[in-house]
Order: sequence, then C-alpha cells, then structure tokens
Amino acid sequence: MEKKENRYPTIQLSGIRKIYHIGGEELAALDGITTNIYQGEFAALMGPSGSGKSTLMNILGCLDRPSEGSYKLDGEEVAGLSDDKLAITRNRKIGFVFQNFNLLSRISALENVALPLVYAGVGRKERLERARYYLEAVGLGDRADHQPNELSGGQRQRVAIARALVNDPHIIMADEPTGNLDTKSTKEIMEIFETMHEKGRTIILVTHEPEIAACASRQLLVRDGKITRDEGKGVVMDVV
Amino acid sequence: MWSWMLFSESFQMALTSLYANKMRSLLTMLGIIIGVGAVIALVSVGMGVRSNVTSSIASLGSNMLIVSPGSSNRGGVRGAAGSMQTLKYDDAEAIKNKIKNIDYVSPSVSSSYQVVYGNNNWKTTVQGVTPEFMSIRSLSVSNGSFISLNDMNKRSRVAVIGTTVASNLFAKENPVGKNIRINNQPYKVIGLLDSKGQSSMGQDQDDMIYVPITTAQERMLGITYVQSINIQVSDQKYMDQVQAEVETLLRTRHHLVGDKENDFNVRNLTSLMETVNQSTTMLTMLLGAIAGISLLVGGIGIMNIMMVSVTERTREIGIRKALGATFMNIMTQFLIESMVIGVIGGIIGIVVGCAVSQIIATVGNFKTVITVAPIVISFVFAVGTGLFFGIYPARKAAKLDPIEALRYE
Repeated sequence: MEKKENRYPTIQLSGIRKIYHIGGEELAALDGITTNIYQGEFAALMGPSGSGKSTLMNILGCLDRPSEGSYKLDGEEVAGLSDDKLAITRNRKIGFVFQNFNLLSRISALENVALPLVYAGVGRKERLERARYYLEAVGLGDRADHQPNELSGGQRQRVAIARALVNDPHIIMADEPTGNLDTKSTKEIMEIFETMHEKGRTIILVTHEPEIAACASRQLLVRDGKITRDEGKGVVMDVV
Repeated sequence: MWSWMLFSESFQMALTSLYANKMRSLLTMLGIIIGVGAVIALVSVGMGVRSNVTSSIASLGSNMLIVSPGSSNRGGVRGAAGSMQTLKYDDAEAIKNKIKNIDYVSPSVSSSYQVVYGNNNWKTTVQGVTPEFMSIRSLSVSNGSFISLNDMNKRSRVAVIGTTVASNLFAKENPVGKNIRINNQPYKVIGLLDSKGQSSMGQDQDDMIYVPITTAQERMLGITYVQSINIQVSDQKYMDQVQAEVETLLRTRHHLVGDKENDFNVRNLTSLMETVNQSTTMLTMLLGAIAGISLLVGGIGIMNIMMVSVTERTREIGIRKALGATFMNIMTQFLIESMVIGVIGGIIGIVVGCAVSQIIATVGNFKTVITVAPIVISFVFAVGTGLFFGIYPARKAAKLDPIEALRYE
C-alpha cells in the first residue's frame, strides 16, 4: 500500500508564513509550514480554533496568498499569482466543499453543480450533461430540478460535493463538511469521501472532530501556525 | 466565443436574478420608466405646440410678403403706420408684371361695418380683395363661389362670408343667394367659406366678409389707394430677393430718390415663422431637459438598488469567486443586470410615454407629436444610465475578497 516514492507531490509547501498586522503588531497565523501532500492522499487538517488551520486551508485552496514561502501546486508556483490567475487555478484544480454548503439558493441543484463549468467556459449543453452525471454519482439524479432549500442538509452537501467534482479537479478541499450535519448524513458524506479516496483523488479535509479525521489516511495537527504532528504521511490507495 | 458565451450566460443570470426580485426590480425600473416616459410625453407636447403654431402661421399663407403703407410725415408730425395713401392698385399690378418668381399678388382694403340681415346685425371686418386672395390665404368655399374677375371689373355688390358671420346673421339658414346690407347698401352673398379657426394671434379668421376690391374702394370706402398688398413668392429661397426687388420697384414708382424714407413697409412672414420655431424649439428642449432630470434620478435609483443588491449577495459573489469567477466575470454579471434594468425600463417607458402622449391628445384635445428622436435619445440615455450607474456597484462586487465574502452572513 505504501508507494510514497512513486507518488507525485501535488502540493509542495515550503516555509509558508502568513502574517497579519493588527494595530501595529505582527501576528503570524502561519509560522513556517513545510510539507508535501501527495497525489491520492486523504489528509485531515486538525487543530483547535485559532490554530491557523483555516488560514492554511485558504492558502491551499488558492483563496489567499502566503506572506512568505513557496507553494507549488502540480509543480507550478502559485504563491504570487494575481487574483484572476488564482481564480482560474481554483476553477481548474480545486473543488471546494464547505461546512455551510454554499449553494446558490435561487437556482436548481443541477445548475449549482454546473456553476464551475460556466467559469471554465463549457457550453450549456455539455455543462448540464456533466452536472447530471456527477449529481447521479452522489445519488441525487432525481433531485436535479429541486432548489437547495427543498433539500435536506445531507442532500445539499452531496450537491456541493458533485459541484466540487464537476470540473474534475486534482484536489478536493473540504472545510468541516459534516459540521452542520446529523450522524446519519455525516456517515453518508464520509462514505462518499472514502469512495473518492479509493478512486485516487487527493482530498484535504479540515475538521476538529477526531472520529472524522480518523477516516483519513493522514492526520496533520496544526497548532500556533505550525504543524506539530503528522501521521500516516504518504499513505495512498492503490489505483487499480 | 468564450467571452460571448459568458456574456449570454451573464445575461441569463441577470434575468433570473431580476425575476427572483420582481418587486424590487420593478421599483428600480419605475425610475427609468417615468424618466423615459416623461421625456417622450413632454417632448411630444412641445412638438405639438410647435406644429400647432406653425400650421396656423402657414394658414396665413406660406412664403408671403405683405406690403403695407408707411406712416405719413407732414411737417415733422408722424401719422400712424399705414396712414399713407400712396400705395395703389397699380403698384400691385406692376409688382405682378415686373417681378419674377411670384405666384400671386393680391391688394386689399378693409374696414369695419355693421352688417344687417333681417332682424340680425353683426359688426365685422369687410375686406376688399382680388380673386387671387383665395389662393394666397388658402381659403376654400364650402358653398357657392368666391369673388370672380368679372365681379371685380363690374364692381359688383357681392360678398363672400365667413362661418362666424354666417352663424350670427343667418343662424341655420343657407346664406348663399341672400342679400345682406353693408353700410346700408345691399350685397348679395355668393359664397360661404370653410372655417379656418383662430389665427396664431388669437383672431377669429371666420369673422370676415370679402367683397371685390374695386367695390370696396369705390362704392364702400370711396378711396383710391390700397391698404395692403399680399405677395405669394413661388419658393422660400426667393423671399429675400423678391423682397428687395419689390422695395426697389416701389421706390421708383413712388419717386423716392436718395435717402428718402420708404413710404411703405414690406413684412416677411418667414421670419415670423423662424422666430416662432425657435421659441417653440426652446420650449421643447426645456420640457425635455426637465424630464431628463427625472431620468437621471432614475439612474441614481439603479445605483442605489445595485449597491443594496451587491451587499445582499456578498455571499453569492464569494461562492462564485471560490468556484473560479474572475474580476471581469463578476463585473459583467452586475453590469448586465443594471443594463437590463435600463433596457426593460426604457422599453416600458417608451410604451408608457407614447400612451400618455395619446391620452393627453385625446383627453386634453391637444395635438401632440411623437417623433423618433426623443424615443431613441431617451432609450439610449436609459441604457447608458443603467450602465454608468452600474459600474460602481459592479466594481465593488468584483473587488470583493472571496474569503471575506464567504464569511459574510
């Protein structure tokens, strides 16, 4: 199972620091993060609130830029890219799953799933076909025309996962994806993540619940802007 | 192709979003609707005034020169304008024969008389004219005939009367063939004119009796001069030339040499028309400008609502940006939204404006003229305001930080 040396590091972080200036004082939310995340890894980012894990998540998701250090995504330096370049990178390489789903409330589940493809420049017909495929993959083919407020929390999160997958990104970033869900839905969602992992996708999951983190193959603990513990590094599924 | 697809996509998103907030969209559009509608309706009223005035001036006769006697000046005492007795019927004949580019020349005299028929009497203006007068003043006879050359030559006691005179003297009776008394002499009514209504100066143009000029001069007034000569020039472009020639000719005929003052005046109705046109155009512009201000206020309304919309949809913007929307994507989406408000508001405004203009015309019994220019201009202006006042909110939306926007509750 451990074939780390053959694996390509999708994410290469080196000396990442994020400094906020608050009232003339410097505050390092991230204080020198250096690690690699390999293709096919299922990594859980853990840590108490204020530890910097959200900041790290934002930087990994190309929503934010580090103050210092280098971040290579698929071997390409993204630390200094412009807003628009970052937007294009997010669109092509990263799929987001949020705690509060973040679906657009006025359009149907299908259109929500198709949204990233709008910005990828995919034509309407193909967009809806692909969206339907992924919606069926998460078991919501019969809910395509429902608006998000007509769906349960678990269903909404599955729509969000379908949306994260629709542009076939390298990495899935999930920020507390089960934070707002009941036990049954949590189980369903985690099963989907495990299936994705089995199919060889790189997943980065932020959570503060140990039992959720336990589903992942690698656990990274962030504390005071540093990685203080890193277990199961390089454990990836064999892609058959 | 990529950008076109995004454009049509943004267009669809804009429509969806406007439809989702029906009431708010309508209220926003209302500013534009009222603005565009007001411009069209008010300008149509202004144009209506202009066309009314213009047509009533034209009814006096187009391309007209009017020669009238000057004021007398005996030993330094100046008489009233028109008090000179030097303008003769022969002057009119000379103008007709010697000057080119003239359609008609018609000398006339007039005076007020008490006119009697049976028990009825009526004080009105009696004008002595030639047969050409009918063409010059665009008169038409509804019953009977106008004064003929034969009537002129025979100094016949015949009269053609206007509708006001007819209704006061004859009530419902047919006046043609009846005898009326003017200045205690019997005149046979040979024709009844069609109504011409009020002139632009507020005169009732139907309160008139026309008799042959020869009859009026010799049998009625006992004079040999004429009080005015109406000249119809064949084309607008000869007006100034003919005016100058008439002046030269009359100076020669009246033996006015050197710097002696003219004993006549030549007036030009075209210049009056120009003045009136200028002032009604000013009026129209003023009305349009006032309405334009409401269009501007409507534009500010769009900006206001778009600002609210951006704040309200901060989260949506955050989601779109997280999923890969660029600055231009968001900018385009919001700009199209505000432009669509302008376009739809503008179209409804055009319909409303035309409708209001028709209602004013029907209810107010007032002529309104709808022209293409204000419709096009106000529509372009409406879309322009939508675009212009959309820029700031759209920029604000496009510049939002995705992390902040996603965190926004």
